[in-house]
Amino acid sequence: MAFFDTPLGIFTIILAQCLVVVVGVMVSLAFLLYMDRKVWAAVQLRRGPNVVGPWGLLQSFADFLKFVLKEIVIPAGADKAVFLIAPMLTFVLACIAWVVIPFADGWVISDLNVGVLYIFAISSLGVYGIIMGGWASNSKYPFLGGLRSAAQMVSYEVSIGLIIVGVLISTGSLNLSAIVRAQDGAYGLFSWYWLPHLPMVVLFFVSALAETNRPPFDLPEAESELVAGYQVEYSSTPYLLFMIGEYMNIVLMCALISILFFGGWLSPIPGLPDGALWMIGKMVFFFFLFAMVKAIVPRYRYDQLMRLGWKVFLPLSLGWVVVAAILARLEVVGYARFAVGG
Amino acid sequence: MGLTQLAFYVFASVAVASGVLVILARNPVHSVLWLILAFFSSAGLMVLLGAEFIAMLLVIVYVGAVAVLFLFVVMMLDVDFAELKRGLAAYLPVGALVGLVLLVELGLVFGHWALADAAPNARAAAFAIEGGVANTEALGRIIYDQYLYMFQAAGLILLVAMIGAIVLTLRHRPHIKRQDVLAQIYRGRDVELKDVEPGQGV
Repeated sequence: MAFFDTPLGIFTIILAQCLVVVVGVMVSLAFLLYMDRKVWAAVQLRRGPNVVGPWGLLQSFADFLKFVLKEIVIPAGADKAVFLIAPMLTFVLACIAWVVIPFADGWVISDLNVGVLYIFAISSLGVYGIIMGGWASNSKYPFLGGLRSAAQMVSYEVSIGLIIVGVLISTGSLNLSAIVRAQDGAYGLFSWYWLPHLPMVVLFFVSALAETNRPPFDLPEAESELVAGYQVEYSSTPYLLFMIGEYMNIVLMCALISILFFGGWLSPIPGLPDGALWMIGKMVFFFFLFAMVKAIVPRYRYDQLMRLGWKVFLPLSLGWVVVAAILARLEVVGYARFAVGG
Repeated sequence: MGLTQLAFYVFASVAVASGVLVILARNPVHSVLWLILAFFSSAGLMVLLGAEFIAMLLVIVYVGAVAVLFLFVVMMLDVDFAELKRGLAAYLPVGALVGLVLLVELGLVFGHWALADAAPNARAAAFAIEGGVANTEALGRIIYDQYLYMFQAAGLILLVAMIGAIVLTLRHRPHIKRQDVLAQIYRGRDVELKDVEPGQGV
């Protein structure tokens, strides 16, 4: 075991952990994509993918191969370097955010003290992939899509940040594992933060939709206005990287909702053992909600989106921070968990 | 050479190189992108120093918000690259002179820089934080316990600046159609469908 105490050994262990998480997320992403399409199909009374593999389960892998084997087309007027860096950036940023997500007690690659801030920093960087892609394509629709996305993501980050502050006030820690541990209580799912922070759960979910450019807020790629927005000029693997990055961000948001408001790996029923299965189950449930929203809600208009972000969500979340701070100061049950969080 | 040192040299050289490229890049958008890389590497240096809170704030505020707006503006400007390059020769002597003066001044200052023996103790005494406290918590205690009023004053100044910017740019244009969401929500049943015969009108 001496090898694993040397710097090289530690490096190897961390590399292996990263590989496990990234490969795990990517493989589950293939099935989540399949689930996404099956959910829309069910809502629209279609069958959805059902040809490749049993019940169409291998559809995503077939799509993957199709994307990878196609030719990469780079527009003549494009800024070649930025054009190719943009999708890579999106993909890499989507991957590295998973470093701080705890899947079970202690099952986390890097248990950062500032885990929440780290997630927040990485997700605020995500906008660069889209802006760079939109600009480098040197074409009108992608450029408009890039601009929209920049404004949209910056706007909703503000309210996401304020919503998270409420949870942080209750926990007294920026560490994601500590936030989950603070929600451990005698009443199972009624000890979690969704109950005291109920209005913010709704706001967070909607902001997460906007932050990940998911319908009804998929204006950077609105087909009806911008053809496909920032990804018009992308084909083959670069497009695939954009798409995987986008979906990884969606799953990350699902993980974040589960951790912040729904107790992460904690069991909803007192007495049942906690564990990673609960965490994964919660993430799949929220992914299902994301899919349902896409299937049943029509797209927002751009000015309505901005109005919602700045004039509704921002004041509400700011007000909630004040309310949560007062309730935590008065040590109302559920709002002040510092002692538990450590 | 340990991993930390290796990481330091990587971050430091990337920061310096991208800083140089900010001014050397022909395309202003590339300049901003290099600037972002420089910010990001400096955040890496902060992490190595153990100031993870400052590092994350640097990324969130500068990279995630300020630089996005920067990029936003620069992308939308119609910049004439030939024009930009033509001016370079004319401004080069002045720019070089300013740079040289700054370099000499920095050299003079840091050449004689010496820490007094009492300085580390004085700094430690000013911010008495016991060991083992994470720096986020330490910063929080300093800002919210010791310097609360100054912190609040700084916040107020920023608020005034923000309101000032909004007031200066706000224009009320009377003859423009706006969506009034509340009016839409509280609209009664005063709009109805009517059967209109062809050729007759309402």
